[in-house]
Amino acid sequence: MSISRGVPKRRSSSMTSRARLARWALSGPPLAFLAVFFLIPTLIMGLASFGWPGQEGGLSPLWYHDAAGWHFDLTLGNYRDIFTLKLFLALYLRSLGYALATTVCCLVGAYPLALVIARARARYRNLLLLLVIVPFWSNFLIRIYAWMIILGPQAALSRGVNAVLGLFGFGPTSLLFSPFAVLMGLVYVSLPFMILPLYANLEKHDPALLEAARDLGASAWACFWRVTFPLAVPGVIAGATLVFIPALGAFAVPDILGGTRGIMIGNVIEMEFLQARDWPFGAALSIMLTFLALGATGLAAWAARRGVKAYG
Amino acid sequence: MALLEIRGATRRFGNFVAVRDVNLEIEAGEFFTLLGPSGCGKTTLLRLIAGFDTPDEGRILLDGRDITLTPPEKRPVHTVFQSYALFPHMTVADNVAFPLRMARVPRAEIGSRVAQALRDVQLAGMGERLPQELSGGQKQRVAIARALIDRPRVLLLDEPLAALDLKLREQMQLELITLQRLVGITFVYVTHDQGEALALSHRIGVMDAGRIVQLGAPDAIYEFPETRFVADFIGTCNLLEGTVRTLAGTRLTLEVAGLGELAASTRAPAQAGDRGVLAVRPEKVRIAAQIAPTPGEVHLRGVVHDQLYLGDVTVYKVQLADGRLLEALLPNSAAGVVKFFEVGDHVDLAWRAEAALFLHD
Amino acid sequence: MAKRGKAALYAAALAAYAFLYVPLVIVVLFSFSASRLGTQWAGFTLGWYVMLLHDADMLHAAWNSLVIALAASLAAIVFGTLAALATHKYRLRFLPVLVLAPLSTPDILQGVSLLVFFVLLNVSLGLRSIMLAHTSFCIAYVAIVVSSRLAGMDPSLVEAARDLGASPWKGFWLVTLPLLVPGILAGGLLAFTMSIDDFVITFFTAGAGTSTLPLRIYTMIKVAVTPEVNAVSTLLMALTLVLVISISRLAPQALKGMG
Repeated sequence: MSISRGVPKRRSSSMTSRARLARWALSGPPLAFLAVFFLIPTLIMGLASFGWPGQEGGLSPLWYHDAAGWHFDLTLGNYRDIFTLKLFLALYLRSLGYALATTVCCLVGAYPLALVIARARARYRNLLLLLVIVPFWSNFLIRIYAWMIILGPQAALSRGVNAVLGLFGFGPTSLLFSPFAVLMGLVYVSLPFMILPLYANLEKHDPALLEAARDLGASAWACFWRVTFPLAVPGVIAGATLVFIPALGAFAVPDILGGTRGIMIGNVIEMEFLQARDWPFGAALSIMLTFLALGATGLAAWAARRGVKAYG
Repeated sequence: MALLEIRGATRRFGNFVAVRDVNLEIEAGEFFTLLGPSGCGKTTLLRLIAGFDTPDEGRILLDGRDITLTPPEKRPVHTVFQSYALFPHMTVADNVAFPLRMARVPRAEIGSRVAQALRDVQLAGMGERLPQELSGGQKQRVAIARALIDRPRVLLLDEPLAALDLKLREQMQLELITLQRLVGITFVYVTHDQGEALALSHRIGVMDAGRIVQLGAPDAIYEFPETRFVADFIGTCNLLEGTVRTLAGTRLTLEVAGLGELAASTRAPAQAGDRGVLAVRPEKVRIAAQIAPTPGEVHLRGVVHDQLYLGDVTVYKVQLADGRLLEALLPNSAAGVVKFFEVGDHVDLAWRAEAALFLHD
Repeated sequence: MAKRGKAALYAAALAAYAFLYVPLVIVVLFSFSASRLGTQWAGFTLGWYVMLLHDADMLHAAWNSLVIALAASLAAIVFGTLAALATHKYRLRFLPVLVLAPLSTPDILQGVSLLVFFVLLNVSLGLRSIMLAHTSFCIAYVAIVVSSRLAGMDPSLVEAARDLGASPWKGFWLVTLPLLVPGILAGGLLAFTMSIDDFVITFFTAGAGTSTLPLRIYTMIKVAVTPEVNAVSTLLMALTLVLVISISRLAPQALKGMG
C-alpha cells in the first residue's frame, strides 16, 4: 500500500466557504442590528452637528442636487457658538463640577462599605453584596423621587435646616430644586457603581499584607495610605469612570431635583431637541459631551495603566 | 499491518513546532503510552489521532484507511479526557448512552447495554446520579464506560489519572490494566508520570520537543536508555560526562575529569574521542564500607554527604574526591537494620561495567 | 487606636447602607399613608393601591412596559447569544466593541440620536421605536452574561461530544446550548429589568401618544405628585426584587460581573 506523503489538504481550507458562512450566520445578525440602530444613528448625530436647523425646526438637508451638481450645506457655526457663548461653556464647566463632586462623594461613601464587605466572612459576603445591589436595581425614577420626598419643604430635613437658618437671621431656603438636591440625587444613583468595582478590587488583597505592614511598625493611618489605598487605585479608577461618565450626561436627576438652579448640559440638550427644535445645535452639544466622556475614559485608562505599573 | 499508523506527522503553531515528523505504528490490542514532560507534544499528537486537530504534514491511517481529514465523530476512536468532560446536565446513564444515541442504536437496546457497562465499571445503580454527585474515581469510571460502550477501535487516554490522589491512582492503574486485557481494545495513553508509564504499558514512546526520541518496551526503555534525555527523564540516573578513550566491541573506557578512565558498555557504535555521558542507575551502584576492587567493575571511594530515608529504600548521596555527588540506593529489607551508614562515613562504591551505559551527547 | 478605627469603619459602612435604604423605605412607608400629600404620615391605608388598580392610564402604561420589555429582551437574547458565540469562537475585534459601546455611551446621546434617526426615516414613534431602541442597549447585557458562561465552560465538553459521534450541529444542540441556558435566562432577565427600568432613552423615542411605566411616573412626579406614585413604586420594587433574586440564583456571577 502506498500513500503519498505530500501535504494533505487541511480540513479548514477545504471547508473555508462553509466556515465563513457559519461565521457570518453567528456574527451577522447582531452586527447588522447594532450597525443600524446604534452606529448609524450616532454617525448621523455627528453629521447633523455640522448642519443648519430646518425652517420649522429639525434639520435642513445636509446636501442637495441640482443642475449644477451636488452641493453640501455644512457649517462649523454650532461648535463656534458653543465655544464663544459663555453660557454654554459655563454649562459644561458646571456639569464637569457636578460629575467631579459626585465622584468624590461616592468614593468617600463607598470606600468604607466596600472594605467592610471585602473583609467580611465569606458566607456573609454575598448577602452584604446583594444588599448593595437591590436598591441599585429598583427603578431609577423612584430612586430620584425618594429624594423629592426627603428634601421636600414639608419634610423634617427642610424644616430643621430652615429653623437653624432662622436662628442666625437668614430667610428660609428650599433644599429641593437646588444644586444640593442634584448632587444628592447623583450620588444616590451612582453609589453602587463605585462600591462594586472597589469591592472587587479590595477582595483580592491579602490581609496578610496589612498585618505585615503593622508588624513592620506602620501606624493604622500609614497602613491605609501606604498599603491599602495604593493597592486599591485600579478599583478606584474603574469606579470613578463608572460614576463620572453617567453623571456628566445626567438628564433625569437635574430635571427632577434641580429646578432652574440646578440645570446641567443634559437638560439643555433635551431642550434643544424637544423645545427649541434646533437639532444641529443639540447634536453639537451632545457630540461635545461624548468627547468629554471619551476624554475622561481615556484619562482613566491611562491613569489605570500608570497605577497598575506603579503599584503592581 | 499495524492498526494505527502515523506517517511523518508534523503540527506547527506559528513558529512553534509541537509535533515534528513523528512516525509510529501501534498494533491491535496494544497498551501504548506516550510519555514526556509537559509541552513535549504528546497531547497534540493525541489530538491529531482523535481528530480535534489536523497535521500540517503527514498522514494518519487506521486499519490502512487514511483518516487524516476525517472529523472526530466519524472516527472509531474515543477519548478519556483529563477533566473527564462528563456532560454536567446529563445523568450518568445518559452520559454513557451518548455514543449509542449518536449511532442511533434502538432505544430498547441502549438501556440494557448502559446497565451492563455500568456494572463493568462497578457503578451499577448509579445511573440516575448527576456527574457532580460522584467522587473523582467514580467520574473516571463513567468517562471510561462512556468511551468504551460502542467498542471503538482505539481508546485515547489523556492523563486520565492526574486528578486523583496517590492511593486511588494506584488502584485505578491496576483496574486499567485488567480492563484493557478484558476488552482487548488498543489504548493510547498520554502521561508525564514515568512510573505510571512503566507500570501500565506494553510499549512506550518517549517524546521530547515534538519528536519520539525512544520507542520500546518499558524494561528496555528503563534499562537501556538511548539518549541522555531518556536516561534522565525515566527514573533517576547518575550521569558522568567524559570522552571515549579505548574501545573493544561493546566495551569502552571513558575519561571522566577528576575520576580517571572508567569502564562502560555501549549499544551504539562509538569511536575514540566521542564525547558523551556514562549513565548508571542508583540501584546498580553497590555501596559498602569496604569493597575489594574486582576486574570488570568500576570502583570509587567517597564520603556519605546526605541520605534520604524513603521507608522501603534509602538513597545515599556520596561525595567523591573531586566533589561531585553520586547516588546509590539500598533496600532496607535486611532484618532490624534501619541505617547502614551515617553522614560523614567513608564508603566504597562499585558497579559492573555492563551496568554503566555510554550515551552520546 | 485600632479598635476605634474599626468601630469608625463599621459606623461608616452602616451609614452607607442607611443612605442606600432610607429613601426607599420612606417611599414604601408613604405608600400606606392616608395623607393626600405624598410626603406626610397620616394613618394606614391601602387606598392608593386600590386607586392604582382603577387608574386606566397607569395600567395601560404598565402593559406597554411589559410588552416592550418582553420583546426587547427576547430580541436581545437572540442577538446577544449570537454575538457571544461568534466572539467566543472567532476572536472578533469589532463585534465585541460594538456590542458593549451602548453601555458606555451617555443615555441622552443614544436617546436623541435614535430620535433623529427615526424621524429622518419617517418611522412613527411609539411601541415599535421603543422596542428597537431598548433592544440596542439590551443586547450587551445578554452578551456579557452568556460570554462569561462560555468562558467558564470546559472546552473538552464539546470535543467529547464530537469524539463520541456527534456532528458539530448536534454537539452544539445537545451540549453547548443546554449548558448556556442558565446564562441566557439570566441575561434575558437582566435585559428585561433594564428595559422596564429605562427612562431617558424611552423619553426620547416614545413620541407623544405612547406611555410606559417610567414615563407615567415621570409625568406624575413633574405635574402632580400623589401618593399613587409611592404605591406604584413599591410594587415595582417588589417586582425588581423578585427578578434580582431569580438572576442571582440562575447565574451567581452575572450580578457581580455587571459591576
